[in-house]
Amino acid sequence: MKATCWHGKHDMRVENVPDPVIMNQRDAIVRVTATAICGSDLHLYNGFIPTMKKGDIMGHEFMGEVVDVGPDVKNLKVGDRVVVPFAIACGNCLACEAKMYSLCENSNPNAWLAEKIMGHSPAGAFGYSHMLGGFAGGQAEYARVPFADFGALKVPAGMADEQALFLSDVFPTGYMAAEMCDIEPGDTIAVWGCGPVGQFAIASAKMLGAARIIAIDRFADRLAMAASKAGATDTIDYEDRDVFDALKELTGGVGPDACIDAVGMEAHAAHPALFAYDRFKQALMLESDRPIALREAIMACRNGGTVSVIGVYGGFIDKFPMGSFMNRSLTMKTGQCHVQRYMKPLLARIENGEIDPSFIITHRMRLDDAPDGYKMFAKKQDDCLKVVLTP
Amino acid sequence: MQRTDNRPNGPSGDIAPEVMRRPRQPAHGSDRQSRMRDASAQRLAHGLAWFSISLGLAQIVAPRLISRLVGGNGKYANLIRFYGVRELASGLMIFGQGRRPAAAVWSRVAGDAVDIATLAAAGASPRMNRSGVALATAGVLGVTALDVYCARELSRERVGEAGITMSRSVVVNRPPHELYAFWRTFENFPRFMYHVQSVRTTGPGVSHWVVNGPAGTSVEWDARMTADVPNERISWQTLEGADVESSGSVRFEPRPGNRGTIVRVDLQYRPPGGKAGKLAAMLFNESPEQQIYDDLHRFKQIVETGEVVRSDGSPEGMGDVRQRPGQPSGEASAYGDTAASSSASAD
Ligand SMILES: NC(=O)c1ccc[n+]([C@@H]2O[C@H](COP(=O)([O-])OP(=O)(O)OC[C@H]3O[C@@H](n4cnc5c(N)ncnc54)[C@H](O)[C@@H]3O)[C@@H](O)[C@H]2O)c1
Ligand SMILES: [Zn+2]
Ligand SMILES: [Zn+2]
Repeated sequence: MKATCWHGKHDMRVENVPDPVIMNQRDAIVRVTATAICGSDLHLYNGFIPTMKKGDIMGHEFMGEVVDVGPDVKNLKVGDRVVVPFAIACGNCLACEAKMYSLCENSNPNAWLAEKIMGHSPAGAFGYSHMLGGFAGGQAEYARVPFADFGALKVPAGMADEQALFLSDVFPTGYMAAEMCDIEPGDTIAVWGCGPVGQFAIASAKMLGAARIIAIDRFADRLAMAASKAGATDTIDYEDRDVFDALKELTGGVGPDACIDAVGMEAHAAHPALFAYDRFKQALMLESDRPIALREAIMACRNGGTVSVIGVYGGFIDKFPMGSFMNRSLTMKTGQCHVQRYMKPLLARIENGEIDPSFIITHRMRLDDAPDGYKMFAKKQDDCLKVVLTP
Repeated sequence: MQRTDNRPNGPSGDIAPEVMRRPRQPAHGSDRQSRMRDASAQRLAHGLAWFSISLGLAQIVAPRLISRLVGGNGKYANLIRFYGVRELASGLMIFGQGRRPAAAVWSRVAGDAVDIATLAAAGASPRMNRSGVALATAGVLGVTALDVYCARELSRERVGEAGITMSRSVVVNRPPHELYAFWRTFENFPRFMYHVQSVRTTGPGVSHWVVNGPAGTSVEWDARMTADVPNERISWQTLEGADVESSGSVRFEPRPGNRGTIVRVDLQYRPPGGKAGKLAAMLFNESPEQQIYDDLHRFKQIVETGEVVRSDGSPEGMGDVRQRPGQPSGEASAYGDTAASSSASAD
């Protein structure tokens, strides 16, 4: 089959590889009908996530048709259409019982490796390094889905692939970012980053009743989508205005009730010197992540407010404003999305017409063109926000 | 971090050879003290590694600045760059060597010797700034002392006359009686203890073990259960005259609040006639600590999910050290020739 393989920094290749087979009795094999490139994939593309191996198949946002099931999968049959959550979870361990699916204790065969870097290991994930299990991803013609009996969600007949696909990651992820803000009526929420995750965080904050949602980015097209499609009430172009000052001004000096970091470890800074500081430390391995948006989110948040970190961090950061964080009684909530927790309720919202997640799609390409898709998305060329690939 | 092994097996004991890891030595005090010493040497090693990495990078990126700092008046950039590469390599090596990076730390000591020799030669040169060189030499001597201390701690022989002891635990989301029942059936062991070829019950409370040794060899012994407290504990010991003398136990402790069971394994190995080093080499071809960790986690996966979880990168599951690329290997399915494989290959 054809699959998008990682060969190093900025080196993705669509190659012929063997077809997947059932390796565990709760597996299913899916013929992929749609798959997307995620902002998280860019961290791999840009070489910031350790423990990748040449030949690793990329992709953790995919859906398709079941073509085979293992002997223990009783709830799916050949021909079913399913969308697959990016975090692999067994449904049996204590973490899964607590609905913390991205912390499943059984799905990462290389947990010992993640423990060396993080102390304890999160769940395994598709196409996301050997530290997270070495699972082949879904940017391919076929994919093996472990614990398919627990994870894969059947898509109702009549729902288009493009409407269901983002239940695999970015829609639940944006929703969890908003949910972590414990939104109360009247709240103001500020969202750093207007990529797919930021767009869904904004749309979800609106569904959860936020009165005012402030979108922050530097790309006009992304800010425009945030305002016109996702539901932001205000936008800040951080190259145009100082974010901290602008947020103070918009909130009468108080600051937003909650701040969402939907940027993560590869943040960009308006000031070249600030960017250079973190980029340099990253190059010297004195920090692995550039927490530019996170620092800003902490400083800007109102006293007693919440900082919701949904952007991905991989290792260590520098100049964390702990004094501001501690003295002002802030709360931080984080996590890889517990996708399985949100799939059904969000599917219901799509079915009853509350939201059509396909609004984020800007580019549709063939699987063969995945390397171009990566490049375009990474460089934000042609107003690219979300690339959907079809095999 | 510990070491223990598991294998309770009923009857016999023997158990678990594989699981052990890092043996500790009573000659150095209790197991706990010894473990703490190890942990602190390991932390020190990691600190030194970061130091190597940052110094190495600074030498590569800014050799002139470093030259001025050590009294070289901005000269010798190429030499300093070369030393930077060496620093960087030994720092990365320390991280690459896992939990007991002794060899990598010794490589730092060798590097220190070169630095001292270079500085000594430099101190004699009229082109150098003497006080800068003296200061740099004092710094390097201090670091060398730390390196030597750390390397010696890490290289301490872990196996003493009294043998090897280890303990390790895992939490499983099942009540103690189920875990006890699984563990009491010794024939289950090879499913999660990959080094165990077979365990056969040969008499009341007695079992025969065949365990993989290095390079295709195998080691066998008979063991006897010494305690069997249903749902709580199983202990075992090898029979007199076995090539390997060992004893161990597994305990099942319910966690408060219905949060599963802590499964704790303790193991001791005693070498006959004090040949402990040989014993360790015979039983553990890989890191014993990693082995017991893997065994216990595979046990957890089987009990909680039904099977050892596999991925393309780790087809053997937990503990597969080969790490293939994360793409299908092309090998047939463990579950027969599946529809998936045939339909997929149609493309
Ligand atoms: N926690 C999870 O489960 C989860 C799941 C999916 C993605 N993510 C993470 O969410 C983040 C965003 O993903 P995405 O797909 O939207 O990616 P993306 O790259 O499309 O979006 C990131 C956006 O942040 C903007 N940005 C960069 N620096 C900024 C700054 N200093 N201030 C404000 N905006 C800034 C960029 O211009 C871009 O629009 C990534 O880190 C991704 O890894 C997390
Ligand atoms: Zn993603
Ligand atoms: Zn689980």
